[in-house]
Amino acid sequence: MILTIAGKELRTLFASPLAWVVLTVMQLVVGYAFLRRLDDFLQLQPQLAQMASPPGVTDLVAGPVFGTAAAVLLFAVPVLAMRLIAEERRNQTMVLLMSAPVSMSEIVLGKFAGLTAFLAGIVALTVLMPLSLAGTARLDYGMLAALVAGLLLLAAAFAAVSLFVSCLTVHPVVAAIGAFAALLGMVLAGEAAGEGLRARGWTVAASLTQVFSPIKSFEPFGRGLFDSYAAACLVLLTALALALAIRQLDAQRLRG
Amino acid sequence: MPEQEAASTISARGLTRTFGSHIAVNGITLELKRGEVLGFLGPNGAGKTTTMHMLTGNLAPSRGEIRICGIDLLEDPSAAKARIGYLPEVPPLYRELTVDEYLRLAAKLHRVPRARRGAAVATAKQRCGLAETGARLIGTLSKGYQQRVGIAQAIIHSPDVVVLDEPTIGLDPNQIRDIRALIRELGGAHSVILSTHILPEVEAVCDRVQIMHHGELVYSDTIAALKQFERGATVLVGLRRAPPVAELAALPGIAAADAVEPTLYRIQFAAGEDPTDALVKTAAARDWGLYQLKPAQTSLEDVFVHLTRSEEQEG
Repeated sequence: MILTIAGKELRTLFASPLAWVVLTVMQLVVGYAFLRRLDDFLQLQPQLAQMASPPGVTDLVAGPVFGTAAAVLLFAVPVLAMRLIAEERRNQTMVLLMSAPVSMSEIVLGKFAGLTAFLAGIVALTVLMPLSLAGTARLDYGMLAALVAGLLLLAAAFAAVSLFVSCLTVHPVVAAIGAFAALLGMVLAGEAAGEGLRARGWTVAASLTQVFSPIKSFEPFGRGLFDSYAAACLVLLTALALALAIRQLDAQRLRG
Repeated sequence: MPEQEAASTISARGLTRTFGSHIAVNGITLELKRGEVLGFLGPNGAGKTTTMHMLTGNLAPSRGEIRICGIDLLEDPSAAKARIGYLPEVPPLYRELTVDEYLRLAAKLHRVPRARRGAAVATAKQRCGLAETGARLIGTLSKGYQQRVGIAQAIIHSPDVVVLDEPTIGLDPNQIRDIRALIRELGGAHSVILSTHILPEVEAVCDRVQIMHHGELVYSDTIAALKQFERGATVLVGLRRAPPVAELAALPGIAAADAVEPTLYRIQFAAGEDPTDALVKTAAARDWGLYQLKPAQTSLEDVFVHLTRSEEQEG
Protein backbone atom coordinates (compact mmCIF):
# COMPACT_ATOMS: atom_id res chain seq x y z
CA MET A 1 0.00 0.00 0.00
CA ILE A 2 2.96 2.28 0.74
CA LEU A 3 4.29 1.51 -2.73
CA THR A 4 0.91 2.28 -4.30
CA ILE A 5 0.84 5.71 -2.72
CA ALA A 6 4.51 6.31 -3.52
CA GLY A 7 3.86 5.37 -7.14
CA LYS A 8 0.89 7.70 -7.28
CA GLU A 9 3.00 10.56 -5.88
CA LEU A 10 5.71 9.99 -8.47
CA ARG A 11 3.18 9.81 -11.29
CA THR A 12 1.37 13.02 -10.30
CA LEU A 13 4.72 14.72 -9.67
CA PHE A 14 5.90 14.05 -13.21
CA ALA A 15 2.47 14.96 -14.60
CA SER A 16 2.94 18.49 -13.24
CA PRO A 17 5.45 20.97 -14.65
CA LEU A 18 6.85 21.45 -11.13
CA ALA A 19 9.02 18.34 -11.18
CA TRP A 20 10.52 19.23 -14.55
CA VAL A 21 11.20 22.82 -13.54
CA VAL A 22 12.93 21.66 -10.36
CA LEU A 23 14.99 19.10 -12.28
CA THR A 24 16.00 21.71 -14.86
CA VAL A 25 17.02 24.30 -12.29
CA MET A 26 18.86 21.66 -10.31
CA GLN A 27 20.79 20.50 -13.39
CA LEU A 28 21.63 24.06 -14.42
CA VAL A 29 22.91 25.11 -11.01
CA VAL A 30 24.77 21.88 -10.24
CA GLY A 31 26.10 21.65 -13.78
CA TYR A 32 27.43 25.21 -13.57
CA ALA A 33 29.07 24.48 -10.22
CA PHE A 34 30.62 21.32 -11.66
CA LEU A 35 32.12 23.05 -14.71
CA ARG A 36 33.33 25.94 -12.60
CA ARG A 37 35.08 23.63 -10.17
CA LEU A 38 36.55 21.59 -12.98
CA ASP A 39 37.95 24.73 -14.53
CA ASP A 40 39.51 25.76 -11.20
CA PHE A 41 40.96 22.29 -10.81
CA LEU A 42 42.59 22.39 -14.26
CA GLN A 43 44.17 25.75 -13.51
CA LEU A 44 45.43 24.54 -10.14
CA GLN A 45 46.88 21.34 -11.56
CA PRO A 46 50.50 22.57 -12.05
CA GLN A 47 50.69 23.66 -8.40
CA LEU A 48 49.01 20.48 -7.20
CA ALA A 49 51.61 18.42 -9.05
CA GLN A 50 54.33 19.88 -6.82
CA MET A 51 52.56 18.91 -3.56
CA ALA A 52 53.58 15.77 -1.67
CA SER A 53 50.03 14.35 -1.32
CA PRO A 54 47.77 16.57 -3.41
CA PRO A 55 43.97 16.50 -3.00
CA GLY A 56 42.39 14.57 -5.87
CA VAL A 57 39.75 15.56 -8.35
CA THR A 58 37.07 13.99 -6.16
CA ASP A 59 38.02 16.26 -3.23
CA LEU A 60 38.23 19.41 -5.28
CA VAL A 61 35.35 18.88 -7.71
CA ALA A 62 32.86 16.29 -6.45
CA GLY A 63 32.82 17.54 -2.83
CA PRO A 64 31.85 21.13 -3.66
CA VAL A 65 29.37 19.98 -6.32
CA PHE A 66 27.54 17.90 -3.73
CA GLY A 67 27.65 20.88 -1.37
CA THR A 68 25.94 22.97 -4.04
CA ALA A 69 23.37 20.22 -4.61
CA ALA A 70 22.63 20.17 -0.87
CA ALA A 71 22.08 23.93 -0.88
CA VAL A 72 19.73 23.74 -3.88
CA LEU A 73 17.79 20.92 -2.21
CA LEU A 74 17.18 23.25 0.73
CA PHE A 75 15.05 25.35 -1.64
CA ALA A 76 13.73 22.61 -3.89
CA VAL A 77 12.44 20.07 -1.35
CA PRO A 78 9.96 22.43 0.38
CA VAL A 79 8.48 23.28 -3.03
CA LEU A 80 8.20 19.62 -4.02
CA ALA A 81 6.78 18.62 -0.64
CA MET A 82 4.12 21.33 -0.41
CA ARG A 83 1.92 19.28 -2.73
CA LEU A 84 2.07 16.17 -0.60
CA ILE A 85 -0.57 16.91 2.02
CA ALA A 86 -1.48 20.61 1.82
CA GLU A 87 -2.45 20.50 -1.84
CA GLU A 88 -4.39 17.26 -1.43
CA ARG A 89 -6.38 18.79 1.38
CA ARG A 90 -6.94 21.99 -0.55
CA ASN A 91 -8.21 20.09 -3.60
CA GLN A 92 -10.18 17.82 -1.26
CA THR A 93 -8.59 14.74 -2.77
CA MET A 94 -7.32 13.60 0.62
CA VAL A 95 -10.77 12.05 1.12
CA LEU A 96 -9.89 9.36 -1.41
CA LEU A 97 -6.98 8.20 0.73
CA MET A 98 -8.80 8.68 4.03
CA SER A 99 -11.85 6.68 2.93
CA ALA A 100 -9.73 3.86 1.56
CA PRO A 101 -8.64 1.06 3.89
CA VAL A 102 -5.23 2.69 4.37
CA SER A 103 -3.76 3.78 7.69
CA MET A 104 -2.33 7.22 8.36
CA SER A 105 1.15 5.74 8.69
CA GLU A 106 0.84 4.18 5.25
CA ILE A 107 -0.28 7.48 3.75
CA VAL A 108 2.61 9.41 5.31
CA LEU A 109 5.25 6.76 4.57
CA GLY A 110 3.97 6.32 1.02
CA LYS A 111 4.18 10.02 0.32
CA PHE A 112 7.60 10.21 1.93
CA ALA A 113 8.82 7.25 -0.13
CA GLY A 114 7.51 8.80 -3.34
CA LEU A 115 9.25 12.12 -2.74
CA THR A 116 12.47 10.43 -1.59
CA ALA A 117 12.52 8.30 -4.74
CA PHE A 118 12.30 11.48 -6.80
CA LEU A 119 15.10 13.05 -4.76
CA ALA A 120 17.18 9.91 -5.23
CA GLY A 121 16.86 10.59 -8.95
CA ILE A 122 18.28 14.07 -8.38
CA VAL A 123 21.17 12.58 -6.39
CA ALA A 124 21.80 10.12 -9.23
CA LEU A 125 21.90 12.95 -11.76
CA THR A 126 24.33 14.81 -9.52
CA VAL A 127 26.72 11.90 -9.14
CA LEU A 128 26.72 11.39 -12.91
CA MET A 129 28.65 14.64 -13.33
CA PRO A 130 31.82 13.64 -11.44
CA LEU A 131 31.41 10.11 -12.81
CA SER A 132 31.74 11.54 -16.32
CA LEU A 133 35.41 12.14 -15.49
CA ALA A 134 35.97 8.44 -14.80
CA GLY A 135 37.70 7.87 -18.15
CA THR A 136 40.20 10.71 -17.79
CA ALA A 137 40.90 11.02 -14.08
CA ARG A 138 41.42 8.76 -11.09
CA LEU A 139 38.27 9.04 -8.99
CA ASP A 140 38.03 8.23 -5.29
CA TYR A 141 34.98 5.94 -5.39
CA GLY A 142 34.90 5.59 -1.62
CA MET A 143 34.51 9.33 -1.26
CA LEU A 144 31.84 9.42 -3.98
CA ALA A 145 29.93 6.72 -2.12
CA ALA A 146 30.09 8.76 1.09
CA LEU A 147 28.88 11.85 -0.79
CA VAL A 148 25.95 9.96 -2.31
CA ALA A 149 25.00 8.44 1.05
CA GLY A 150 25.24 11.80 2.78
CA LEU A 151 23.17 13.63 0.15
CA LEU A 152 20.51 10.90 0.19
CA LEU A 153 20.20 11.03 3.97
CA LEU A 154 20.09 14.81 3.87
CA ALA A 155 17.43 14.82 1.14
CA ALA A 156 15.34 12.32 3.12
CA ALA A 157 15.58 14.50 6.24
CA PHE A 158 14.56 17.60 4.25
CA ALA A 159 11.67 15.65 2.73
CA ALA A 160 10.43 14.42 6.12
CA VAL A 161 10.56 17.87 7.71
CA SER A 162 8.83 19.47 4.70
CA LEU A 163 6.18 16.72 4.73
CA PHE A 164 5.43 17.46 8.37
CA VAL A 165 5.06 21.19 7.65
CA SER A 166 2.80 20.29 4.71
CA CYS A 167 0.46 18.58 7.21
CA LEU A 168 0.03 21.78 9.19
CA THR A 169 -1.73 23.90 6.59
CA VAL A 170 -4.08 23.64 3.62
CA HIS A 171 -2.25 26.35 1.65
CA PRO A 172 0.50 24.81 -0.49
CA VAL A 173 2.45 28.08 -0.70
CA VAL A 174 2.36 28.53 3.06
CA ALA A 175 3.55 24.94 3.37
CA ALA A 176 6.49 25.59 1.03
CA ILE A 177 7.55 28.80 2.75
CA GLY A 178 7.00 27.27 6.19
CA ALA A 179 9.09 24.23 5.32
CA PHE A 180 11.85 26.39 3.92
CA ALA A 181 11.81 28.57 7.05
CA ALA A 182 11.87 25.47 9.25
CA LEU A 183 14.86 23.99 7.41
CA LEU A 184 16.76 27.27 7.33
CA GLY A 185 15.90 27.93 10.98
CA MET A 186 17.20 24.50 11.89
CA VAL A 187 20.45 25.11 10.04
CA LEU A 188 21.03 28.46 11.78
CA ALA A 189 19.63 27.72 15.24
CA GLY A 190 21.16 24.24 15.40
CA GLU A 191 24.57 25.69 14.66
CA ALA A 192 24.24 28.53 17.16
CA ALA A 193 22.80 26.34 19.91
CA GLY A 194 25.58 23.80 19.38
CA GLU A 195 28.27 26.42 19.71
CA GLY A 196 26.64 28.06 22.72
CA LEU A 197 26.31 24.78 24.58
CA ARG A 198 29.85 23.72 23.73
CA ALA A 199 31.19 27.04 25.04
CA ARG A 200 29.51 26.27 28.36
CA GLY A 201 31.14 22.88 28.36
CA TRP A 202 27.89 20.88 27.85
CA THR A 203 29.33 18.69 25.14
CA VAL A 204 26.65 15.97 25.23
CA ALA A 205 23.84 18.49 24.83
CA ALA A 206 25.86 20.22 22.13
CA SER A 207 26.26 17.04 20.12
CA LEU A 208 22.53 16.31 20.53
CA THR A 209 21.65 19.60 18.83
CA GLN A 210 23.24 18.14 15.73
CA VAL A 211 20.02 16.16 15.24
CA PHE A 212 18.31 19.43 14.38
CA SER A 213 21.12 20.68 12.21
CA PRO A 214 20.99 18.51 9.08
CA ILE A 215 23.52 20.59 7.12
CA LYS A 216 26.03 20.15 9.95
CA SER A 217 25.45 16.40 9.78
CA PHE A 218 26.10 16.53 6.03
CA GLU A 219 29.54 18.18 6.47
CA PRO A 220 31.55 15.04 7.32
CA PHE A 221 30.04 13.29 4.29
CA GLY A 222 31.13 16.28 2.22
CA ARG A 223 34.71 15.56 3.23
CA GLY A 224 34.27 11.93 2.23
CA LEU A 225 33.82 10.69 5.76
CA PHE A 226 31.03 8.22 6.52
CA ASP A 227 30.31 9.53 10.02
CA SER A 228 27.94 7.11 11.73
CA TYR A 229 26.95 9.68 14.35
CA ALA A 230 26.01 12.20 11.65
CA ALA A 231 24.12 9.49 9.77
CA ALA A 232 22.25 8.56 12.97
CA CYS A 233 21.36 12.24 13.50
CA LEU A 234 19.89 12.50 10.00
CA VAL A 235 17.92 9.26 10.34
CA LEU A 236 16.65 10.35 13.74
CA LEU A 237 15.48 13.70 12.37
CA THR A 238 13.72 11.93 9.49
CA ALA A 239 11.98 9.48 11.81
CA LEU A 240 10.96 12.23 14.22
CA ALA A 241 9.46 14.39 11.48
CA LEU A 242 7.56 11.43 10.01
CA ALA A 243 6.18 10.44 13.42
CA LEU A 244 5.03 14.02 13.99
CA ALA A 245 3.37 14.06 10.55
CA ILE A 246 1.42 10.88 11.31
CA ARG A 247 0.35 12.25 14.69
CA GLN A 248 -0.68 15.53 13.10
CA LEU A 249 -2.91 13.82 10.51
CA ASP A 250 -4.46 11.62 13.18
CA ALA A 251 -5.16 14.67 15.31
CA GLN A 252 -6.84 16.34 12.35
CA ARG A 253 -9.17 13.39 11.97
CA LEU A 254 -10.09 13.75 15.62
CA ARG A 255 -10.33 17.51 15.63
CA GLY A 256 -11.97 17.95 12.26
CA MET B 1 -31.85 -10.03 17.23
CA PRO B 2 -28.75 -11.43 15.58
CA GLU B 3 -30.20 -11.86 12.04
CA GLN B 4 -31.12 -8.21 11.96
CA GLU B 5 -27.64 -7.28 13.11
CA ALA B 6 -26.12 -9.19 10.24
CA ALA B 7 -28.58 -7.75 7.73
CA SER B 8 -27.74 -4.15 8.54
CA THR B 9 -24.78 -2.76 6.65
CA ILE B 10 -24.44 0.46 8.60
CA SER B 11 -25.48 0.81 12.17
CA ALA B 12 -24.57 4.00 13.98
CA ARG B 13 -25.64 4.71 17.53
CA GLY B 14 -25.61 7.97 19.44
CA LEU B 15 -23.32 9.61 16.92
CA THR B 16 -22.23 13.01 18.20
CA ARG B 17 -19.68 15.44 16.86
CA THR B 18 -18.72 18.74 18.43
CA PHE B 19 -16.40 21.39 17.08
CA GLY B 20 -15.34 23.32 20.16
CA SER B 21 -18.63 24.36 21.77
CA HIS B 22 -20.60 23.97 18.54
CA ILE B 23 -22.56 20.73 18.30
CA ALA B 24 -22.62 19.80 14.62
CA VAL B 25 -24.25 16.41 15.03
CA ASN B 26 -26.15 15.41 18.12
CA GLY B 27 -26.88 11.78 19.01
CA ILE B 28 -27.84 10.46 15.58
CA THR B 29 -28.89 6.86 15.25
CA LEU B 30 -28.84 5.41 11.80
CA GLU B 31 -29.61 1.94 10.55
CA LEU B 32 -29.25 0.78 6.99
CA LYS B 33 -30.31 -2.65 5.77
CA ARG B 34 -28.78 -4.52 2.87
CA GLY B 35 -30.30 -3.50 -0.44
CA GLU B 36 -31.87 -0.36 0.94
CA VAL B 37 -31.53 3.15 -0.46
CA LEU B 38 -31.69 5.77 2.28
CA GLY B 39 -32.38 9.40 1.44
CA PHE B 40 -30.57 11.75 3.76
CA LEU B 41 -32.10 15.20 3.79
CA GLY B 42 -31.71 18.44 5.60
CA PRO B 43 -31.20 22.12 4.99
CA ASN B 44 -27.67 23.45 4.48
CA GLY B 45 -25.63 23.27 7.63
CA ALA B 46 -27.81 20.60 9.22
CA GLY B 47 -24.83 18.28 9.73
CA LYS B 48 -25.32 15.89 6.81
CA THR B 49 -21.80 16.15 5.47
CA THR B 50 -20.33 15.87 8.97
CA THR B 51 -22.36 12.71 9.51
CA MET B 52 -21.18 11.23 6.22
CA HIS B 53 -17.59 12.11 7.04
CA MET B 54 -17.96 10.19 10.28
CA LEU B 55 -19.63 7.19 8.64
CA THR B 56 -16.77 6.93 6.14
CA GLY B 57 -13.99 7.32 8.68
CA ASN B 58 -12.82 10.74 7.53
CA LEU B 59 -13.73 12.30 10.85
CA ALA B 60 -13.69 10.71 14.27
CA PRO B 61 -16.97 11.05 16.18
CA SER B 62 -16.86 12.75 19.57
CA ARG B 63 -19.21 10.09 20.96
CA GLY B 64 -21.08 7.10 19.66
CA GLU B 65 -20.25 3.98 17.71
CA ILE B 66 -20.36 3.03 14.05
CA ARG B 67 -20.53 -0.52 12.76
CA ILE B 68 -20.08 -1.37 9.10
CA CYS B 69 -21.42 -4.88 8.43
CA GLY B 70 -20.84 -5.60 12.11
CA ILE B 71 -17.23 -4.34 12.11
CA ASP B 72 -16.47 -1.47 14.46
CA LEU B 73 -15.16 1.43 12.36
CA LEU B 74 -13.12 2.85 15.21
CA GLU B 75 -11.52 -0.41 16.32
CA ASP B 76 -10.79 -1.94 12.92
CA PRO B 77 -10.86 0.97 10.46
CA SER B 78 -9.15 -0.88 7.60
CA ALA B 79 -11.58 -3.79 7.50
CA ALA B 80 -14.57 -1.47 7.89
CA LYS B 81 -13.42 1.04 5.28
CA ALA B 82 -12.88 -1.74 2.74
CA ARG B 83 -16.67 -2.16 2.73
CA ILE B 84 -17.55 1.48 2.08
CA GLY B 85 -17.43 3.52 -1.08
CA TYR B 86 -17.70 7.27 -0.64
CA LEU B 87 -18.35 10.07 -3.06
CA PRO B 88 -17.93 13.34 -1.13
CA GLU B 89 -19.52 16.61 -2.17
CA VAL B 90 -16.37 17.57 -4.08
CA PRO B 91 -15.26 14.45 -5.95
CA PRO B 92 -11.68 13.58 -4.90
CA LEU B 93 -10.20 13.53 -8.40
CA TYR B 94 -6.61 13.93 -9.48
CA ARG B 95 -6.96 16.18 -12.51
CA GLU B 96 -3.55 15.23 -13.88
CA LEU B 97 -4.35 11.51 -14.20
CA THR B 98 -6.38 9.82 -16.92
CA VAL B 99 -9.66 8.14 -16.02
CA ASP B 100 -8.08 4.69 -16.35
CA GLU B 101 -5.04 5.58 -14.24
CA TYR B 102 -7.23 7.12 -11.59
CA LEU B 103 -9.65 4.21 -11.38
CA ARG B 104 -6.79 1.72 -11.25
CA LEU B 105 -5.30 3.72 -8.37
CA ALA B 106 -8.66 3.71 -6.59
CA ALA B 107 -8.91 -0.06 -7.08
CA LYS B 108 -5.41 -0.55 -5.67
CA LEU B 109 -6.11 1.69 -2.70
CA HIS B 110 -9.25 -0.32 -1.96
CA ARG B 111 -7.23 -3.52 -2.08
CA VAL B 112 -8.88 -5.05 -5.12
CA PRO B 113 -6.64 -8.05 -5.92
CA ARG B 114 -4.37 -7.53 -8.93
CA ALA B 115 -6.09 -10.24 -10.97
CA ARG B 116 -9.52 -8.60 -10.64
CA ARG B 117 -8.36 -4.99 -11.02
CA GLY B 118 -8.78 -4.74 -14.79
CA ALA B 119 -12.26 -6.21 -14.65
CA ALA B 120 -13.22 -3.95 -11.73
CA VAL B 121 -12.14 -0.84 -13.66
CA ALA B 122 -13.99 -1.98 -16.78
CA THR B 123 -17.19 -2.75 -14.85
CA ALA B 124 -17.15 0.56 -12.98
CA LYS B 125 -16.57 2.46 -16.22
CA GLN B 126 -19.35 0.64 -17.99
CA ARG B 127 -21.81 1.20 -15.15
CA CYS B 128 -21.07 4.91 -15.02
CA GLY B 129 -21.06 5.42 -18.79
CA LEU B 130 -17.33 6.11 -18.98
CA ALA B 131 -16.47 3.38 -21.48
CA GLU B 132 -15.13 5.82 -24.08
CA THR B 133 -13.38 8.30 -21.81
CA GLY B 134 -10.77 5.97 -20.29
CA ALA B 135 -7.74 7.59 -21.91
CA ARG B 136 -8.74 11.18 -21.25
CA LEU B 137 -7.28 13.35 -18.51
CA ILE B 138 -9.76 13.94 -15.71
CA GLY B 139 -8.98 17.66 -15.75
CA THR B 140 -10.29 17.97 -19.32
CA LEU B 141 -13.62 16.25 -18.63
CA SER B 142 -16.85 18.18 -18.16
CA LYS B 143 -18.32 18.48 -14.69
CA GLY B 144 -20.89 15.78 -15.38
CA TYR B 145 -18.24 13.31 -16.46
CA GLN B 146 -16.05 14.18 -13.50
CA GLN B 147 -19.04 13.43 -11.28
CA ARG B 148 -19.35 10.03 -12.98
CA VAL B 149 -15.69 9.31 -12.37
CA GLY B 150 -16.33 10.16 -8.73
CA ILE B 151 -19.17 7.64 -8.59
CA ALA B 152 -17.08 5.02 -10.43
CA GLN B 153 -14.38 5.48 -7.79
CA ALA B 154 -16.93 4.86 -5.03
CA ILE B 155 -18.24 1.58 -6.48
CA ILE B 156 -15.04 0.13 -7.94
CA HIS B 157 -14.48 -2.36 -5.12
CA SER B 158 -18.19 -3.29 -5.06
CA PRO B 159 -18.56 -2.16 -1.45
CA ASP B 160 -21.46 -3.18 0.79
CA VAL B 161 -22.32 0.44 1.44
CA VAL B 162 -22.11 3.32 -1.01
CA VAL B 163 -22.32 6.81 0.47
CA LEU B 164 -23.10 9.52 -2.08
CA ASP B 165 -23.09 13.19 -1.17
CA GLU B 166 -25.15 15.09 -3.74
CA PRO B 167 -24.24 12.87 -6.69
CA THR B 168 -26.45 14.53 -9.32
CA ILE B 169 -25.30 18.09 -8.77
CA GLY B 170 -24.14 19.74 -12.00
CA LEU B 171 -25.50 17.03 -14.28
CA ASP B 172 -27.85 17.52 -17.21
CA PRO B 173 -31.34 15.96 -17.04
CA ASN B 174 -30.35 12.92 -19.09
CA GLN B 175 -27.33 12.24 -16.93
CA ILE B 176 -29.46 12.69 -13.81
CA ARG B 177 -31.80 9.98 -15.10
CA ASP B 178 -28.84 7.69 -15.77
CA ILE B 179 -27.37 8.27 -12.33
CA ARG B 180 -30.74 7.70 -10.65
CA ALA B 181 -31.12 4.44 -12.52
CA LEU B 182 -27.60 3.53 -11.42
CA ILE B 183 -28.42 4.31 -7.79
CA ARG B 184 -31.55 2.13 -7.98
CA GLU B 185 -29.44 -0.61 -9.51
CA LEU B 186 -26.82 -0.26 -6.76
CA GLY B 187 -29.59 -0.54 -4.22
CA GLY B 188 -30.12 -4.13 -5.37
CA ALA B 189 -26.87 -5.60 -4.11
CA HIS B 190 -25.37 -2.77 -2.02
CA SER B 191 -26.98 -0.34 0.34
CA VAL B 192 -26.85 3.31 -0.55
CA ILE B 193 -26.97 6.48 1.50
CA LEU B 194 -27.91 9.39 -0.69
CA SER B 195 -27.65 12.95 0.51
CA THR B 196 -29.39 15.50 -1.61
CA HIS B 197 -31.41 18.69 -1.75
CA ILE B 198 -33.44 17.52 -4.68
CA LEU B 199 -36.59 16.13 -3.11
CA PRO B 200 -38.15 14.49 -6.18
CA GLU B 201 -34.90 12.53 -6.47
CA VAL B 202 -35.47 11.08 -3.03
CA GLU B 203 -39.07 10.22 -3.86
CA ALA B 204 -37.88 8.58 -7.07
CA VAL B 205 -35.09 6.36 -5.78
CA CYS B 206 -35.18 6.00 -1.99
CA ASP B 207 -36.86 3.39 0.16
CA ARG B 208 -36.50 5.35 3.33
CA VAL B 209 -35.97 8.97 4.34
CA GLN B 210 -34.18 10.58 7.23
CA ILE B 211 -34.34 14.31 7.73
CA MET B 212 -31.74 16.14 9.76
CA HIS B 213 -32.10 19.56 11.23
CA HIS B 214 -29.72 21.42 13.53
CA GLY B 215 -27.62 18.31 13.97
CA GLU B 216 -30.52 16.12 15.05
CA LEU B 217 -32.63 13.54 13.31
CA VAL B 218 -36.14 14.97 13.08
CA TYR B 219 -37.74 12.38 10.83
CA SER B 220 -37.08 8.81 9.85
CA ASP B 221 -39.57 6.66 7.99
CA THR B 222 -40.28 4.92 4.71
CA ILE B 223 -41.32 6.86 1.62
CA ALA B 224 -44.71 5.12 1.70
CA ALA B 225 -45.39 6.28 5.24
CA LEU B 226 -44.22 9.74 4.37
CA LYS B 227 -47.09 10.25 2.00
CA GLN B 228 -49.59 10.00 4.81
CA PHE B 229 -47.45 12.03 7.14
CA GLU B 230 -49.25 13.71 9.98
CA ARG B 231 -52.11 15.36 8.13
CA GLY B 232 -55.45 14.04 7.01
CA ALA B 233 -56.13 13.59 3.32
CA THR B 234 -56.25 16.59 1.03
CA VAL B 235 -58.17 17.10 -2.21
CA LEU B 236 -57.93 19.67 -4.92
CA VAL B 237 -61.35 20.93 -6.01
CA GLY B 238 -62.02 23.00 -9.12
CA LEU B 239 -65.16 25.13 -8.93
CA ARG B 240 -66.24 27.47 -11.71
CA ARG B 241 -68.62 29.51 -9.57
CA ALA B 242 -67.04 29.14 -6.20
CA PRO B 243 -68.51 30.49 -2.95
CA PRO B 244 -66.27 32.44 -0.54
CA VAL B 245 -63.50 30.28 0.95
CA ALA B 246 -65.01 30.66 4.41
CA GLU B 247 -68.20 28.94 3.22
CA LEU B 248 -66.16 25.98 1.96
CA ALA B 249 -64.18 25.73 5.15
CA ALA B 250 -67.39 25.80 7.18
CA LEU B 251 -68.74 22.59 5.58
CA PRO B 252 -68.90 19.60 7.95
CA GLY B 253 -65.81 17.35 8.04
CA ILE B 254 -63.51 19.91 6.46
CA ALA B 255 -60.60 21.22 8.48
CA ALA B 256 -59.30 23.92 6.18
CA ALA B 257 -59.69 25.31 2.70
CA ASP B 258 -57.58 27.71 0.72
CA ALA B 259 -57.47 28.97 -2.84
CA VAL B 260 -54.58 27.71 -4.95
CA GLU B 261 -55.78 29.48 -8.10
CA PRO B 262 -58.92 31.59 -8.63
CA THR B 263 -61.03 28.50 -9.35
CA LEU B 264 -58.93 25.80 -7.69
CA TYR B 265 -59.13 25.09 -3.98
CA ARG B 266 -57.12 22.89 -1.69
CA ILE B 267 -59.40 21.33 0.88
CA GLN B 268 -58.07 19.50 3.87
CA PHE B 269 -60.32 16.99 5.54
CA ALA B 270 -60.53 16.70 9.26
CA ALA B 271 -58.58 13.70 10.56
CA GLY B 272 -60.40 10.40 10.08
CA GLU B 273 -63.23 11.79 7.96
CA ASP B 274 -63.94 11.56 4.27
CA PRO B 275 -66.61 14.07 3.30
CA THR B 276 -65.93 13.78 -0.46
CA ASP B 277 -69.43 12.50 -1.18
CA ALA B 278 -71.07 15.28 0.82
CA LEU B 279 -68.83 17.81 -0.88
CA VAL B 280 -69.91 16.71 -4.36
CA LYS B 281 -73.60 16.77 -3.36
CA THR B 282 -73.31 20.23 -1.87
CA ALA B 283 -71.48 21.52 -4.94
CA ALA B 284 -74.23 20.18 -7.21
CA ALA B 285 -77.04 21.50 -5.00
CA ARG B 286 -75.59 24.99 -4.72
CA ASP B 287 -74.52 25.10 -8.40
CA TRP B 288 -70.82 25.77 -7.80
CA GLY B 289 -69.83 24.36 -11.18
CA LEU B 290 -67.62 21.50 -10.00
CA TYR B 291 -65.23 20.50 -12.81
CA GLN B 292 -62.33 18.81 -11.04
CA LEU B 293 -61.80 16.71 -7.95
CA LYS B 294 -58.39 15.25 -7.36
CA PRO B 295 -56.75 13.78 -4.26
CA ALA B 296 -53.53 15.62 -3.41
CA GLN B 297 -50.71 13.66 -1.83
CA THR B 298 -48.56 15.11 0.85
CA SER B 299 -45.29 15.72 -0.90
CA LEU B 300 -41.90 15.25 0.62
CA GLU B 301 -41.42 18.95 0.20
CA ASP B 302 -44.37 19.70 2.48
CA VAL B 303 -42.96 17.42 5.16
CA PHE B 304 -39.48 18.81 4.78
CA VAL B 305 -40.59 22.42 5.02
CA HIS B 306 -42.95 21.61 7.87
CA LEU B 307 -40.27 19.88 9.94
CA THR B 308 -37.38 22.20 9.31
CA ARG B 309 -39.42 25.40 9.57
CA SER B 310 -41.43 24.53 12.67
CA GLU B 311 -38.23 23.56 14.47
CA GLU B 312 -36.78 26.93 13.69
CA GLN B 313 -39.76 28.71 15.16
CA GLU B 314 -39.59 26.70 18.36
CA GLY B 315 -35.88 27.10 18.78
